[in-house]
Amino acid sequence: MKYRSIYGGGGENTGDIKRRLWILAFFVAVFFIAIILRLWYLQVVKGSYYRELSESNRIRIANIRPPRGVIYDRNGIPLVTNTPSYTVTFTPEDAKKSPEVTGKLATILGMREEDLQALIRAEKNRNPYQPIRVRENASFSEVSMVEARRDELPGVIVQVELRRCYPYGEFAAHAFGYIGKITEDQQKMQEYEGLPSDFLVGQYGIEKAYDKTIRGEPGRRGIEVDAMGRQIRTVYTVEPVAGEDLLSTLDFKAQKAADEALGEKAGAIVALDPQNGDVLAMASRPGFDPNIFPIGLTGPEWKYLTQDPSHPLNNRALQGTFPPGSTFKLAMALAGLETGMATLDNTVNCTGGYPFGGRVFHCWQKKGHHTIALHKAIVESCDVYFYNLGNRMGIDNIAKYASYLGLGMQTGIGLKEKAGLVPSSKWKKEVRHEDWYAGETISCSIGQGYVNVSPIQLARMTGTIANGGVLYQPQIVRGIRHRDGSMMMFPTVTLWKAPVKPENLQIVKDGMQGVVEEPGGTGHAAKSEYYSVGGKSGTAQVIGMEKGNGRSGSKETHDHAWFVAVAPMDNPKIAVCVLVEHGGHGGSAAAPLAKKVIDAYMRMDEESLKEKAALANRTSASAKALANMTSARAKAALANRTGAKAKALANRTSIKAKTLKPVTTIVKKKPQVKKQKPPEKPAEKPKKKPAEAAAADSGNEALKPEAELPPVEDNTENR
Amino acid sequence: MARDKRGVRIDWTFFTALFALVLAGLAVVYSATFTMDRGSHSLFLKQVIWLGAGFICMGAALFTDYRRLERWGYILYTVAVLMLVAVLAMGRTGMGAQRWLPLGPFQFQPSEMAKLFLIVALAKYFSEDGLYNGHTLRDLVKPFIMAVVPVLLVVKQPDLGTGLVLLFIFGAMVVAAGIKFKSFLILATTAALSAPVAWGVFWGHLKDYQRKRILVFLDPESDPSGAGYHIIQSKIAVGSGALAGKGYLNGTQSQLSFLPERHTDFIFSVLSEEWGFVGSLFVILLFLFIILWGLETAGQAKDRFGSMLAVGIVAMVFFHTAINISMTIGIMPVVGVPLPLVSYGGTSALTTLAALGLLASVNMRRFKLFY
Repeated sequence: MKYRSIYGGGGENTGDIKRRLWILAFFVAVFFIAIILRLWYLQVVKGSYYRELSESNRIRIANIRPPRGVIYDRNGIPLVTNTPSYTVTFTPEDAKKSPEVTGKLATILGMREEDLQALIRAEKNRNPYQPIRVRENASFSEVSMVEARRDELPGVIVQVELRRCYPYGEFAAHAFGYIGKITEDQQKMQEYEGLPSDFLVGQYGIEKAYDKTIRGEPGRRGIEVDAMGRQIRTVYTVEPVAGEDLLSTLDFKAQKAADEALGEKAGAIVALDPQNGDVLAMASRPGFDPNIFPIGLTGPEWKYLTQDPSHPLNNRALQGTFPPGSTFKLAMALAGLETGMATLDNTVNCTGGYPFGGRVFHCWQKKGHHTIALHKAIVESCDVYFYNLGNRMGIDNIAKYASYLGLGMQTGIGLKEKAGLVPSSKWKKEVRHEDWYAGETISCSIGQGYVNVSPIQLARMTGTIANGGVLYQPQIVRGIRHRDGSMMMFPTVTLWKAPVKPENLQIVKDGMQGVVEEPGGTGHAAKSEYYSVGGKSGTAQVIGMEKGNGRSGSKETHDHAWFVAVAPMDNPKIAVCVLVEHGGHGGSAAAPLAKKVIDAYMRMDEESLKEKAALANRTSASAKALANMTSARAKAALANRTGAKAKALANRTSIKAKTLKPVTTIVKKKPQVKKQKPPEKPAEKPKKKPAEAAAADSGNEALKPEAELPPVEDNTENR
Repeated sequence: MARDKRGVRIDWTFFTALFALVLAGLAVVYSATFTMDRGSHSLFLKQVIWLGAGFICMGAALFTDYRRLERWGYILYTVAVLMLVAVLAMGRTGMGAQRWLPLGPFQFQPSEMAKLFLIVALAKYFSEDGLYNGHTLRDLVKPFIMAVVPVLLVVKQPDLGTGLVLLFIFGAMVVAAGIKFKSFLILATTAALSAPVAWGVFWGHLKDYQRKRILVFLDPESDPSGAGYHIIQSKIAVGSGALAGKGYLNGTQSQLSFLPERHTDFIFSVLSEEWGFVGSLFVILLFLFIILWGLETAGQAKDRFGSMLAVGIVAMVFFHTAINISMTIGIMPVVGVPLPLVSYGGTSALTTLAALGLLASVNMRRFKLFY
């Protein structure tokens, strides 16, 4: 104020405002006094009361896992679901006064006390008083023992939770993948932000690829405990939000047939819809039961799954790359026709061997096929014909057409997969820093040597030949069903249409049909009385593999059996690739498996035929009555008979009517066609640095030791 | 106190109090977020960055003459209103959160900025209308419309807390600008008579969770597991801090996620639990000092604009502080407003620091001769 006299004047008159500020000051004073008094009351007067309350805060907040989205098959049959199960949790802070609890609990759960304590210590990131899950999927007897001894077990709480359930066990296990506790690395990733430290997320397969969609949001349950830490009741519940459902492209019957056909044999089966790339079946062996993962794996099980040389966790259909053997001759034939090096008429004389570079490359038929032209060379799988053709075309022509058919590259299915390799002279120069030898072309011509492909690539190649040359990106998930019931369907992704002549494709298709249906063909085992089937057998040679690892029993030196097939030839609906590791000959070891899968998908397997017969007995059944039938299976079977149109309808109605809840709206994305240019020179493929590519392809995943092995017995140079 | 030749003086007591408050706030944010962040401190670091930006704004406000703002008053106001419309529009087209606009890795909350710009616009209006002897109701129609537009936009988000604060700021500025006693009586009587009707309309427009908060405030035990749970847990947290607190980072209530929104709306509970009555009182006195200092500034300002600006800023800080603390200690319903400079929240920190910069700017130019 005293400055005002010095500097007075010059300012505006603010006296009126100043006068009124006392009103505001009064308000401020009232509020602050009220707040301070209240704080005094809460903290000082009732401080010890609240301190006690907080120390014995009776609410334990347990996370509730959300049910993950259900995964349906293409007809709406639920394949992966959730099931209620008991979880035993333990809150160590509640048992501070009774250290004997861990011992008692361990006894009930049938584990060692040290293991239980290790489990508790492992949860170092949790908040204090946060219950720890010590036993998931507890058995009824364990739960009843805990409940009966509740008074002696402070800190122990039993909760009911929805647990991920794979009702069919190993069924498509590699495609679905498995879930597991979020890892420390994942916790740091944005994708998994905000999830509780014991949250289960997808770790492999569809479960991982679509985790964000199907994961849902965790809920919370406030559980009141008494002063001893014993559970009293649930005080409040914030319900978890269920994940969104996935509509997979798998066909229940085809998948079941594929899994059963492989049985205990190591190998893989992939079936695709040649018209859009839908994965109808995907099986891999040795397999695993994904149900055991969320429960918590014990030592030996985990060790087997992760360390066994047979790599049970690897999806051989995508991650296993092998020399394609004679199935590669389909790509060879197409390349020959396109380059004009092969016609239906020109012949080669097979004497049982093909001398080149001072050696003789043998035909599998020791006696030779004599004078042989293209069609018969495919049907009877004459090696010499293709040695000759390959030698004339050169490796780069072979690589070009093999790449058009999608070989030696990732398919883009969205799950973990390996690219394999279709070699070219440029590749060898860049990666191996060596020139290409003509002799190597000879072995590549029959799908040996450097050529390495995965089963899904071969299935796609077969479908592409059958559908007129269109290469699709395989899809295993067709759509998402949102929480509000609306659907979002993914469009078919067309990668490219191979620039090849339709008549040439037809010649190859005729050859495939001959393999299965003509005398002398190598794939008779896939023949069907109901529809025309085309195929090609293959045998990938395994020579002296895995020496020195103590597993070189006679079976290990058996060749890998391949069979690719497509049916029906006039209107292809399914393309299958079967691989049986160390199975021997493709025609005998793999072709019957392909037939089983095709029959199942076409609903011409024994079970479906019986159903149809039963259906036919009910003569009066009109189409309308059938539409109201409850069995989705029967409907699908009927649909098959009445043609593709009715089938589509039945599938739709069965989805609507049965397993899925009503569809309110179908949001369809614009059918975008992702056009890629077919690779001009596939030889220029390796986008990664050559060294990396080589490392990736000769990977340490032990699935493909055959890759660099000498392709043909006589070719000692590579040995 | 230092004074330069131009009559510009910086009051270091104020800045000492301010820094003390900011540091205390940061410490509590760290405590409240460190279990949430699982050791990454990302929330804490974000807050540090925002505060840094806030101090830069504060410096800018200090070293420019606040009277320049007067010219820009209505333009800034329009910008603020447009941003609020933008937030609503983007919210509708599926941005999800309707309170924020994305700003790189940060999010920007235009409703915070709107408070400051409304203050500037109202200060300009009241300083120019020349009604030294108080306003009649008719005189207040225009400024009321100015205030009510952002209020409606903010409430629509819905952000009831900020809407209330905007209204309170308007009320405080009207009180300072003067209202005729007769008009005040009419207003008070009408308000009292129409209250039941107005309450009915208001109640009808509330979202379920907002109604629940009010009901629960009246009787927390009516819903101990739901909304009342928060109040009960917050009271336990505050009370259990007792005289000396449980110690930094040792608040069992706070660290156990019993407290909802513990790093934003309920940060004071964390503070009280860990630092006790002594710590709480210290922080409250810092606020009180800043507020009273602001009122003094308003009284000493050289021009009406500066004076009204100071009143608006003080009102903003005061209402935030009073509402927030009252809510956490259970003497007001739960209304989501942040505790200035303490709660986690970037735009709030930035706005508060910029506003306090303006306040200090008014303060240090109070002796300056205007030619």
